[in-house]
Amino acid sequence: MKVSSKLAALGLVLAVAACTNNSPFAAGGGAGGADGANGSVVPGSPSDPRSPAYFQQAVGDRVLFTVNESTLTDAAKATLQGQADWLLQNTDYAARIEGHADEQGTREYNLALGARRANAAREFLISRGVAGNRITTVTYGKERPIEICSQEACYAKNRRAVTVLVANVTG
Amino acid sequence: MMKILTSIFLGVALMAAPAVAQNTPLRIEITEGVIELLPFAAPDFVPDTPAAAQYATQLSRVVAADLTGTGLFREIPANAYISQVSSFDAPVQFADWKAINAQALVTGGVSVSGNTLTVRFRIWDVFSDTELGTGLQFTGTTDGWRRMAHKVADQVYSRITGEGGYFDSRVVFVSESGPKDERRKRLAIMDYDGANVQYLTDSASIVLAPRFSPAGDRVLYTSYESGVPRIYVLDVGAVQRNVLPTQEGTMSFAPRFSPDGRSVVYSLARGGNTDLYLMDINSEQSRQLTNAPSIETAPSFSPDGSQIVFESDRSGTPQLYIMPVTGGEPRKISSGKGRYGTPVWSPRGDLIAFTKQSQGRFHIGVMRTDGSAERLLTASFLDEGPTWAPNGRVIMFTRETQGAQGRATLYSVDISGRNLRPVRTPDGASDPAWSPLQK
Repeated sequence: MKVSSKLAALGLVLAVAACTNNSPFAAGGGAGGADGANGSVVPGSPSDPRSPAYFQQAVGDRVLFTVNESTLTDAAKATLQGQADWLLQNTDYAARIEGHADEQGTREYNLALGARRANAAREFLISRGVAGNRITTVTYGKERPIEICSQEACYAKNRRAVTVLVANVTG
Repeated sequence: MMKILTSIFLGVALMAAPAVAQNTPLRIEITEGVIELLPFAAPDFVPDTPAAAQYATQLSRVVAADLTGTGLFREIPANAYISQVSSFDAPVQFADWKAINAQALVTGGVSVSGNTLTVRFRIWDVFSDTELGTGLQFTGTTDGWRRMAHKVADQVYSRITGEGGYFDSRVVFVSESGPKDERRKRLAIMDYDGANVQYLTDSASIVLAPRFSPAGDRVLYTSYESGVPRIYVLDVGAVQRNVLPTQEGTMSFAPRFSPDGRSVVYSLARGGNTDLYLMDINSEQSRQLTNAPSIETAPSFSPDGSQIVFESDRSGTPQLYIMPVTGGEPRKISSGKGRYGTPVWSPRGDLIAFTKQSQGRFHIGVMRTDGSAERLLTASFLDEGPTWAPNGRVIMFTRETQGAQGRATLYSVDISGRNLRPVRTPDGASDPAWSPLQK
């Protein structure tokens, strides 16, 4: 994934990164920023490789799944590899992986499906060396869609596992 | 809690023919799939005192609404009446009610003393010139007048259909507001007909899928209050909740009480895998019921407490299985094409209601407990989560409309698939759970 040069130096903070309603590229909004123009790195901005905003947007904070599946696609594995690399370098952070399902399923089954998806992402990160005690999971089932249409275009984006950075308290 | 005293109305008991309820032509066989609605009249109940007047009319209106809401009865409007009922004890002019084809007649008298409301009523089989059963009276508080109307209607319904009533019951559900991608949910409780809505939680955390205890005094539900889904037990009267002490670091959901109210069966997700567990509420000890890499969720006890029906995708897609509570190999009962979920055992024990997803549509259906005789009762973009009326004859469920403006509403349908109707709620609503009949 590439960072859009249009992305603003909004200094996205953790709280924003944690907002699952915020699509990765929406925050820039074409507001314009200084970093692209003069090449300087604004701490905390998406151009700062140590920032949560960079993790969210450049590394990619989410992986998508096919219908009713929790197996990782090649694209998902590539994204998670980037997440693992980042987490290994940025030990101030821990991760909470949020598993989600689309609306085509019953509520409780989708909770279980979201748990499966979050765990698939977690297991991959662990397999790439991230300590298990840095990664928690939570399922939201179909309770927190980011796209609201009732078509596959939306469903595809809702079937996701999103890695949210949190302060690492395990040291 | 309001107390309602039931007593036989002795003066009337002497007049009643004991066998009339069995042999009367005034009878609806619900299982036959009724086409002809039974016409009835429910003239305004007669107030004994001026203070009772406001309740008298309202009571008879709620009784009539309960009966017509079943899809089995048709009310004859008051402007068709030939005789008026101006005294509860006056003889019924059967000829006048026959002339307008009122096959059943419900008469009532209401008195108020302080906060105490007393309702007397009689049900008449007009074409047999007899009373159907014996008159009864209910005493309660004026605040609880709707409950007394429901109790009267339950008597009418069960004397005419031979089935248990279901109007004096409540529904706990999830009240929904806000847009689809920022839905706010809170637990709410109401009378079965949508009246007297009361909120049990705020909307700070997502809440899901409540279930009543067998006595109706507690509610199990899932909440994100702690950040992850966990199970809570809420005392309905005190509106106080406690977390169910499931294992730390896990997610738990889909809780249901056992029929004796002492245990909770639930799903617990650990390491991405969801299995069923059974917790003894007093000892807080849990026992694992399933141990499979597949998803096991949405459990429901048989009414005798010996078996559990649940949803599992061990075969590749979600299907319905039954296993003994004591453990043992589950047997698959669903056999049709499609994905099956949320099985709920009927309080009568004879049927299992479920959600079925097939060819892009959702259905509420019922099947026998051996999986035979599957019947789909509804079809829409998204129907899910059936719950049984206390008499096992009506099912309530969630229907969600599609698209960006999609909204969840409660609906009810009878087990023949007839009488599909929305249940009115102040906001969006989902995940209904029907209480037992109130005591």
